[in-house]
Amino acid sequence: MRESVTTLTPAKTQLPQVTHTRNPGMELDLDWVASVQANTSAIERRAATIGGRRSVKKDYQAAWLCKAVSLIDLTTLSGDDTWGRVERLCAKARQPVAPWMLEKLGLPDLTVGAVCVYHDMVETAVKALEGTNIPVAAVSTGFPAGLSPFHLRIAEIGESVRAGAREIDIVISRRHVLTQNWQALYDEMREMRAACGDAHVKAILATGELATLRNVARASLVCMMAGADFIKTSTGKEPVNATLPVSLVMIRAIRDYQDRTGIKVGYKPAGGISKAKDALLYLSLMKDELGHPWLQPDLFRFGASSLLGDIERQLEHHLTGHYSAANRHAMG
Amino acid sequence: MTIKEIFDAMSYGPAPESNAEAVAWLAKHGRTFGHFIDGRFTAPAAGFATANPATGAHLATVTQGTAADVATAVAAARRAQPKWAALSGHERAKYLYALARLIQKHARLLAVLETMDNGKPIRESRDIDIPLVARHFYYHAGLAQLAPAELPDHTPLGVVGAVIPWNFPLLMLAWKVAPALAAGNTIVLKPAEYTPLTALLFAEITREAGLPKGVLNIVTGDGATGAALVAAPVDKIAFTGSTSVGKAIRRATAGTGKALTLELGGKSPYIVFDDADIDSAIEGLVDAIWFNQGQVCCAGSRLLVQEGIAPRFHEKLKHRMDGLRIGDPLDKCIDIGAVVDPIQLATITDMVNGSEGDIYRANTPLPAGCFYPPTLITGLSSASRLMQEEIFGPVLVSMTFRTPSEAVDLANNTRYGLAATLWTENVNLALDIAPKLKAGVVWVNATNLFDAAAGFGGVRESGFGREGGWEGLMAYLKPKAAAKPLKPVAAFPEPAAPEAPAIDRTAKLFVGGKQARPDGGYSRAVWSPKGKLLGHAALGNRKDIRNAVEAAHAAKGWAKTTAHARAQILYYMAENLSARAEEFARRLKDLTGTAGEAEVSAAIDTLFTYAAWADKYDGAVKSVPIRSVAVAMNEPCGVIAALCPDNAPLLGLVSLMAPAIAMGNTTVLVPSDPFPLAATDFYQVLETSDLPAGVVNIVTGSHAELAKPLAGHMDIDALWSFSSAPISKLIEEESATNLKRTWVNHGRTTTLPLPAKTVLAQATEVKTVWIPYGE
Repeated sequence: MRESVTTLTPAKTQLPQVTHTRNPGMELDLDWVASVQANTSAIERRAATIGGRRSVKKDYQAAWLCKAVSLIDLTTLSGDDTWGRVERLCAKARQPVAPWMLEKLGLPDLTVGAVCVYHDMVETAVKALEGTNIPVAAVSTGFPAGLSPFHLRIAEIGESVRAGAREIDIVISRRHVLTQNWQALYDEMREMRAACGDAHVKAILATGELATLRNVARASLVCMMAGADFIKTSTGKEPVNATLPVSLVMIRAIRDYQDRTGIKVGYKPAGGISKAKDALLYLSLMKDELGHPWLQPDLFRFGASSLLGDIERQLEHHLTGHYSAANRHAMG
Repeated sequence: MTIKEIFDAMSYGPAPESNAEAVAWLAKHGRTFGHFIDGRFTAPAAGFATANPATGAHLATVTQGTAADVATAVAAARRAQPKWAALSGHERAKYLYALARLIQKHARLLAVLETMDNGKPIRESRDIDIPLVARHFYYHAGLAQLAPAELPDHTPLGVVGAVIPWNFPLLMLAWKVAPALAAGNTIVLKPAEYTPLTALLFAEITREAGLPKGVLNIVTGDGATGAALVAAPVDKIAFTGSTSVGKAIRRATAGTGKALTLELGGKSPYIVFDDADIDSAIEGLVDAIWFNQGQVCCAGSRLLVQEGIAPRFHEKLKHRMDGLRIGDPLDKCIDIGAVVDPIQLATITDMVNGSEGDIYRANTPLPAGCFYPPTLITGLSSASRLMQEEIFGPVLVSMTFRTPSEAVDLANNTRYGLAATLWTENVNLALDIAPKLKAGVVWVNATNLFDAAAGFGGVRESGFGREGGWEGLMAYLKPKAAAKPLKPVAAFPEPAAPEAPAIDRTAKLFVGGKQARPDGGYSRAVWSPKGKLLGHAALGNRKDIRNAVEAAHAAKGWAKTTAHARAQILYYMAENLSARAEEFARRLKDLTGTAGEAEVSAAIDTLFTYAAWADKYDGAVKSVPIRSVAVAMNEPCGVIAALCPDNAPLLGLVSLMAPAIAMGNTTVLVPSDPFPLAATDFYQVLETSDLPAGVVNIVTGSHAELAKPLAGHMDIDALWSFSSAPISKLIEEESATNLKRTWVNHGRTTTLPLPAKTVLAQATEVKTVWIPYGE
């Protein structure tokens, strides 16, 4: 009854995607958008039982937590960010877990998935990450509210790409979703995607401001139709950020999009995922709902800042048998 | 595998739940158990082994209960009952509360033991079964507390015999024990042969609650032990299990006066409309048919999916099936555990192998042993065997439909009527369809939701009676009023010198709104006590019953009329009867020899009473612990037939007819056998009161002769008898053909008018409709 082992593509496939065709987008299909349903209470029930249905223990848990590390977009998005702060974060990104631990775990080259910063910090981060394969992602387009003049939002993307960002996390105009103006959302996303050029674009839906899961499902679909490489839950600044029900809705939309177009779009839950246990839940969800390709950094990321610290403690516990303390692990 | 290899493969590894505590508990008992009778375990005697179906490992040897063991247990329960019933509601509540707390304190041990004995995944026993058990005892602690004040006219039945199945061993125990004890009964319970262990652990736990000895007794054994319990001098049998055994119990208890509730099999429809949230509906199927390996009486096992979305739905469903993990039920990362026993596995295997259609077995690793893969069979028609028969395994059968009304027709095209599920995002559609489904429970955009506050139970061959809620408690109580033996009431004999009437009057039958000649062409002369020929009454036969039942079904639109309209018609009847009160009083005097004014006036009063109740017998919204409206709707049973009291020719008829039609039933009434002519006079009242044809059909004739075709009729939903003829046993026996509800007098007197709440409960089925909500 051992599960058949699928060996995946090696983990070093951060962006740009080398294993999957990039999403070219498609014409806006309003009939499809209108047919999308999301039954909130049923989705909540499914989300509430995932934790009870899936569990990984011992070596498996350690391996899964290492996987989670490799999927983290290590993030700092604060008004008081400085170059020094960002350099420290990048150092942590290169060496997310203490070398002795990685040695024992048999994964000495483990790094995080990406570093995510504001535009002004892109150059610093790119420099600090030189020699690694870790991409820098920039939040953009008037992040987090997305209410600055449209031409400036588009220009901001170009600035960040020129500064060396390989990934752009854009924010959508929530008002287009709330007024069900799917054409406007599509057009906006299309233009942002074009402005990104070769950089990959993650569409932040700000799900905490979209009011209903049905809106989340429809906005996900429209952004994918307009060419988003990733869809992402939140800026981290909304009152409610990534949740399991929202995730379920978005990854089901990704699955439908793949079923219809053959294209794999990535997923990034962001904000509110701070515990190792939560990360394992998300990985189970991705594995069960979408499958193995979505357990790699080219199709899945955690947008998180404090998650890594908890994972480090759990890994040390795994290796030593003793519960760990935060001060034993290097600050990011 | 190294961590690096797992890192690349991202596979699930073993995540075992420890069974050390459960093994220690078994060892403490030397892996042998006696019964639990009168507060202590008996010495183990000759018995049988119970095994872990996932591994085949021997768990324990339990004692095969003999008839003598059952008798000892029933005697212990009988001795304990008066004192238990005499406790205040609060005192009983404290015991039930303690049991609820103890269940929680021993929750993990109970869950692990349940999984070991039954094979269900630990997730289910841990997250579903045991929490529902605790909830059931908490809720019934509350009912025990409130019942004496809320139900002052009721008294416990006495000793309850309970026979429960192996699919939810401890939960089914809770569903029997909690209401029985709350109501003041004591109980003898026989757990299923395959799964006796948690009942024995529960018995041990009751001692920690200080439950008085004899209040709860557990006798282990097989079907023979169950049969002995059914035959024992108990006051009620509560059974959950298969329809075939349920029918046998119906026959075995016929005529004994034992109360009976049956919760039986099903082939519950799972309807998906094309506007549903398809992914959620598919996830619902995981909870419907792949919950507990599909070994669930109310499993949504019959998928009905709207044609336009069917191909895509099936494709997505197969994909989801492939992701289900089958294996060691004690693993915390397993979706599907072991089938309860190799015999059950063989049954499932044979049924599927013999089926037509396209059989899809989930593409997921299947361990060796007592495991069966999630299976979907498409391309079946209503006539296919597996579309009709309960498989009781992880096998879903599927058909398509075109329109909402076709969905309802297909859903109801079954002998069963336990549960139904429907998925749509359209509230209009959901609330239109839910009442039309023949089922005791309907889940909208959800499935397999249970709670102690919400009644659960079936219609048709899924049984009768509800478990949970106040309606469930009522099945463990009886009215306080004492009844005496009822002497047969005979017709007055033909005198030596008959006195003929002035003008001949011919009373026919009343079928489909028309007066109809009896099929047999026979009539019987009806004589007054003084020897006057009062007229002739038609002698109806089985074909007249057939015609009357067909007419009653043709009038089923009556259930859809508004309660206000039904009330108006009952008032109108009262008006018309009142206008002819003197004539009816004279008729009653002629028929029975006693003055009829009081009876006529009581009949008018009764018509007013049920006209009043027509729009006031409200359902309820149950306080369930999830974000859902759980509506308990009082629905008409359908076609109710009744053999009316002999001694009150008019009031007897009206006392049964009025509540039945007030609730929306249509009826076939057999009036007083010796004195039928008051009922035949009543035709004219019916004809002049705007009553739609077929709502009331009256067939005069011999109760003894008509009881059998009525009781055996497959298209009658409920049969009542207040006849003075000794036919209660026959009715209960014959009713097993389609498990119609019966309500008979067991040869005891009945005081008219009947208590309204009692009759109204008999005239309705409680349907619980769960509607989770939220946007």
